[in-house]
Parts: sequence; C-alpha cells; structure tokens
Amino acid sequence: MIARILTGERELFHDLIRPYERGLYVAAYSIVQNEADAEDIAQESVIKAYKALNRFRGDAKFSTWLMAITLNEARSRWRETAGNRLDSLDDCDEGSGDYTPSILADWCHIPSEQFEREELRQALQDAIAQLSPEHREVLILRDVQGMSITETAAAMGVNEGLVKVRLFRARLSMQKLLVPKLAPKQRGLIGWLTRKAGGK
Amino acid sequence: MKIDCKHVWSQVSDYVDGTVSPETREAIERHLAGCRHCSAVIDSTRNILVLVGDSRTFEVPVGFGERLHSRLQQSMDAHETGE
Repeated sequence: MIARILTGERELFHDLIRPYERGLYVAAYSIVQNEADAEDIAQESVIKAYKALNRFRGDAKFSTWLMAITLNEARSRWRETAGNRLDSLDDCDEGSGDYTPSILADWCHIPSEQFEREELRQALQDAIAQLSPEHREVLILRDVQGMSITETAAAMGVNEGLVKVRLFRARLSMQKLLVPKLAPKQRGLIGWLTRKAGGK
Repeated sequence: MKIDCKHVWSQVSDYVDGTVSPETREAIERHLAGCRHCSAVIDSTRNILVLVGDSRTFEVPVGFGERLHSRLQQSMDAHETGE
C-alpha cells in the first residue's frame, strides 16, 4: 500500500493509518497526560509520517515507525510544556532494589462487568499516571498496545534489555498501586509476603 | 537449578512474557508446584495485565477520528499544492 501511496494514490494513506490512530492517541496521552495535547500530537504525528513516507525504509514495521514519530512528538511536547526531562532516571539502577510483590489473586472479586464501572477505569488510569514517563511508555506499548519487546524497543529507541527492565518495574508498580484499591481483603496475605521477604 | 521465592519474583515479568530461558522456566514451574504464594504472584501479575490491556481502559475523545482525518486531508492537500 505504501508503494501505491508514493506513486500517487495518496488517499490510501487514510486507510494505512486507520488501524493505529487510537494507539497513537493512547501513547501520546500516556506521556502528556492531557487529552487536547494528546489529540494534537496524534494529528501532528500522522501528518509528519505522511510527509516523510518516502523516507520510510521498511527496516521496522510501519506501525512501529509511526509510533516512534508519535513518541518523539509527545516527549518533545512534554518537555516544552512542563520543562521536564525524560532521561531523568538512572537506568543502571532500574533492575536493582528489593522486590516484594503485591497480589491480586482472587479473580472472582473482579468480574468483567465491573470493568464498566467508572471507578475501576479511573483507578487504572490513576495508577498509570503515577508511573514515571519511561514506565508509562513501556507499559502502554507492551501491555496496552500489545507490541512485542522488539517493536517496543524500536519505537522507544532503546535496547530490548532496557525494555524488559522497565517493564518489570512498571508492572511491579502497577501491582503495588492497584492491589490496595482492587483487593483490600487480601492485605493480610500481602503483609505476610512482605514479612517473609524481609526475614530472608 | 533450585530457586527461591525472591528469584521467582524477580523473574515474574519475563516469565509471564515467555522470555525466560527453558532452564529458568523449568525451575520456576518446579517451584510453583510447591509454593502457592508464588503461584498467586504469577496469577496476580497476569490479572493486572488483563486489566491494563482491556481496551476500555482508554477511550479516545468523541470525534477524534473525524478530526484527525480532516486535519490530515487539509495537510495532504496543502502538501500537494506545495504550500
């Protein structure tokens, strides 16, 4: 399809990006945490991709290339608006530290109908918002968008090892943030685990 | 290879992703067979991923798609005419 677009059937570009547009918005939102900015970033990103399509070499999937453009746009916007730095974490330390998992084991407490409830959706969004930008990015790409480790690494511009480390920390943080809200009756078990880890 | 709870916890993310080595996977599964708490940790991780991955967690604003394609079309037209 890309070849056809480049040889004049430019309207096909709409069809090319349609499967990914929602994901672009979600990825942008995960970084800037603002609906209007995320929408603007998604729009800017597809326009940039259209203008640069003749430079797409096919080394990665089109979707990965498009996501990389969106992440760069979102990071840039985030830095501009908040005066923030995305490279603030010391990645060398990301894999270190003690690890005590929280448990959300009793699935019976989370029937699928509950997902319609606004408070659960809000709890998930709040938890994701509390992650560092790097951890939000990796969680959104891998666990929300379902990209592979390789694709996630390519889109983020980091190596696969760092993706795995960040993913580990992001998932751990999500458990720690969500379990107290979703499974309050299991705190006794979590406390037991905490004491067990501390005693070793 | 024999591993303890902490080792299992440190591998939980890679284990649910299926990216641990065959030896590590075997050791983890041997441990899980006798440790209900680590089994709960694995289940918990999977449950969290199901929740996070549900498409209903993130909704795009109403009219998002229409606005995106409209702006894209404007830009494509301008690009075509060399503006």
